[in-house]
Amino acid sequence: MKRGGLWCGVAGLVVVLEMAGCTRAPLDFQKTLQERLIAAKPGDVIDLPEGKFHLDRTMSLTVNGVTIRGRGMNKTVLSFAGQKTGAQGMLVKADDFLIEDVGIEDTAGDALTVQGGNNITIRRVRAEWTRGPNEANGPYGIYPVECKNLLLEDSVAKGAADAGIYVGQSENVVIRRNRAELNVDGYEIENSENVDAYDNVATHNTGGIGVFNLPNLPRQGGKHVRVFHNQMVDNNTPNFAPKSLGPIHYLPTGTGIYLMAIRDVEVFNNKTTGNNTVNVYIINYNTGVDETSLRDTASSPITQQVFAARDKRFYPFVQSVYLHDNDISGGGQSPDVRVDGVKMLAEALGGKLPDILYDGVVDKAWGKKGQNTGQVCLQRNGEAGFLNFDVAGEMKHPVKDVKVYDCALPALEVVSIPQIADSGPAGGR
Amino acid sequence: MKWCRGQSRRVTAFVGLVVGLVAAPGCSRQVGVEGHVEEPFPKKLSGWHLFTASSPVLAPNVGVVPYDLNTPLFSDYADKYRFVWMPAGTAAEYREDGPLEFPFGTVLAKTFAFPRDGGGPEKLIETRLLVHAKTGWVSLPYVWDENERDATLQLVPDPVAAKFTDTSGQAHDFTYVIPNANECHQCHENQKVLLPIGPKARNLNKDYAYADGIENQLAHWARVGYLRGLPEPGARPRAARWGDAGSPVADRARAYLDNNCAHCHQPGGQAGYTGVDFRWTQTDGAHMGLCKAPNSAGEVGGLRYDLVPGHPEKSILIYRLESTAPKVSMPALGRDVVHAEGVKLLRDWIAAMTGGC
Repeated sequence: MKRGGLWCGVAGLVVVLEMAGCTRAPLDFQKTLQERLIAAKPGDVIDLPEGKFHLDRTMSLTVNGVTIRGRGMNKTVLSFAGQKTGAQGMLVKADDFLIEDVGIEDTAGDALTVQGGNNITIRRVRAEWTRGPNEANGPYGIYPVECKNLLLEDSVAKGAADAGIYVGQSENVVIRRNRAELNVDGYEIENSENVDAYDNVATHNTGGIGVFNLPNLPRQGGKHVRVFHNQMVDNNTPNFAPKSLGPIHYLPTGTGIYLMAIRDVEVFNNKTTGNNTVNVYIINYNTGVDETSLRDTASSPITQQVFAARDKRFYPFVQSVYLHDNDISGGGQSPDVRVDGVKMLAEALGGKLPDILYDGVVDKAWGKKGQNTGQVCLQRNGEAGFLNFDVAGEMKHPVKDVKVYDCALPALEVVSIPQIADSGPAGGR
Repeated sequence: MKWCRGQSRRVTAFVGLVVGLVAAPGCSRQVGVEGHVEEPFPKKLSGWHLFTASSPVLAPNVGVVPYDLNTPLFSDYADKYRFVWMPAGTAAEYREDGPLEFPFGTVLAKTFAFPRDGGGPEKLIETRLLVHAKTGWVSLPYVWDENERDATLQLVPDPVAAKFTDTSGQAHDFTYVIPNANECHQCHENQKVLLPIGPKARNLNKDYAYADGIENQLAHWARVGYLRGLPEPGARPRAARWGDAGSPVADRARAYLDNNCAHCHQPGGQAGYTGVDFRWTQTDGAHMGLCKAPNSAGEVGGLRYDLVPGHPEKSILIYRLESTAPKVSMPALGRDVVHAEGVKLLRDWIAAMTGGC
């Protein structure tokens, strides 16, 4: 640090590498980095030195085949505190992109956005809002969207006002060995297809992991998601998402994992414990995003009118879910009664909720193939309590006996991406 | 001065680059504009020979035609000077909607300048070139040197301190942010294709005081060979001038939104996903934000709808135009101060609307 002044005197003339330890003339680092990102050629590796660097403007990259490499997620720190221009910390619209060993802090909006890229690797990146949970934090930590062949591993996200680690409208995705804490949602897998999420930790978020489809997005029909060997533990941080971020504002505090409007999901060998509203929440879109949250937050009749054409592509039902061999316990001890639906349920059940909640909503088009037309299969989840709270029948015919849902579905295939040969064990039986 | 004596294009270009002078006072021989359609592009603006002088005003070279727009994009009260040049024998094709179809080699040059307190020539800040290169349109930001005699290509320009008093007597003191080469794409890109924004028929359809007299810009372009396919005058669309008190408020407000917002807020634009479409061709109120709640992230000040008839103070549109905070302000790029007059126009427009949400 003491040598910083010496280095800084010539900072404008030297390359990024030589600015190690420099804390003065911070915007020279920003300018040099942005220049290198613009002038980069495919195959270039941009090495970032150790140190904490202050930036006030979004760094953007549009050149394919570039690697950004720091010295460690706690050693190379890009701090955007007081950001003046742009919302993101880093905005990447390029293929064959790799970023590793970088920390990104206190951005105005999302920390790292990768949009529309093929073959993307995000490794040992930390995205954090250092003041902890705050509704003015940026919505997303690590935000790859509309990507294909995506590896997101060994990274950390803290403090995001929506999701710490988000993958949206993407296909062929592996999310592994990451840690998300103190976010509203730890992880969100949204409108995506062929996703493996394993060996991740989600703790002290409002909710651990969400796997779902939403309407009004260009890519619809997310499916084939495997969630295994993860820990969704003690996600009880009070929801701090502002209304402006949409229905996430109404995610119940204390949710372990929720599966909404999604099909072909296999959830196994996870530890899902101590989430105070519910450990596992399996729901139709209209159960999760109810009238109140629509009216209050991101939607309105007019909004739906604007998107009417797109809405026709959206399928709100949850189906073909195989939840097996999980360690699920200690959930629902203190449900989030701020949310109307949860409050109603908790009052009906004496103040506490079972570990696994299923709304039982099925598409009439599936016909009457017995009691489980949605193919929600639950097996070997320890002593986890269960309830189908029969939303469609106004809760008149709840099902408490989990044996009704004792069935198996074929194991989903392992997701393979070019970055890794295969993505761990197959599930199923 | 020295480079005036150059005989061949190559020599003059080289000397011009090294000496870095734009002005050529006293030159009797003029060097023509030098087109470039691929890298490397000139490091100095003078390398293009678009101008023969930078002071007291930018003097265009032969074939470089000045133009302005009925309703321009607001850029922090900067005055903007626009010029177009096309290679000999080429012309733009007329388009009823969207930018004209410019030929390869076209150079659109937009210079940003601020008034100087105490009078004198304006302070030249930057000249942005949009060049229709072999690979498509390319954006090249040139920042004027301290002595304002030439400008230097800078991929990542530094912000500039701006301090001046405008013609209405309002004092301004802020940091003017020059977009970097990547940021140009944020406004100019639609479906991954970089395009000009301003030079649309409706926006060019106005009179301009040329050195040899006043003439309609579209007619002038056609007359000098820069425009083909121009329909009869009655068939040419014309956008309202936003500050023209003689035009209906609604027309002016729609023209303002068309030229300040629609480059992102249209299908395929950066903000197409919001469902809001501010192009002047849009007729559906819901798509203009009427009683529409936002569907995406962004600070909205606790307000519910983009646009509430009769209530500018309840309209997110106004809230975001009146802010300069990074997550709130719109447009997201290139606006560091509030455009008080533009906001007043939109407030008047919304206040005059009837109905409710």
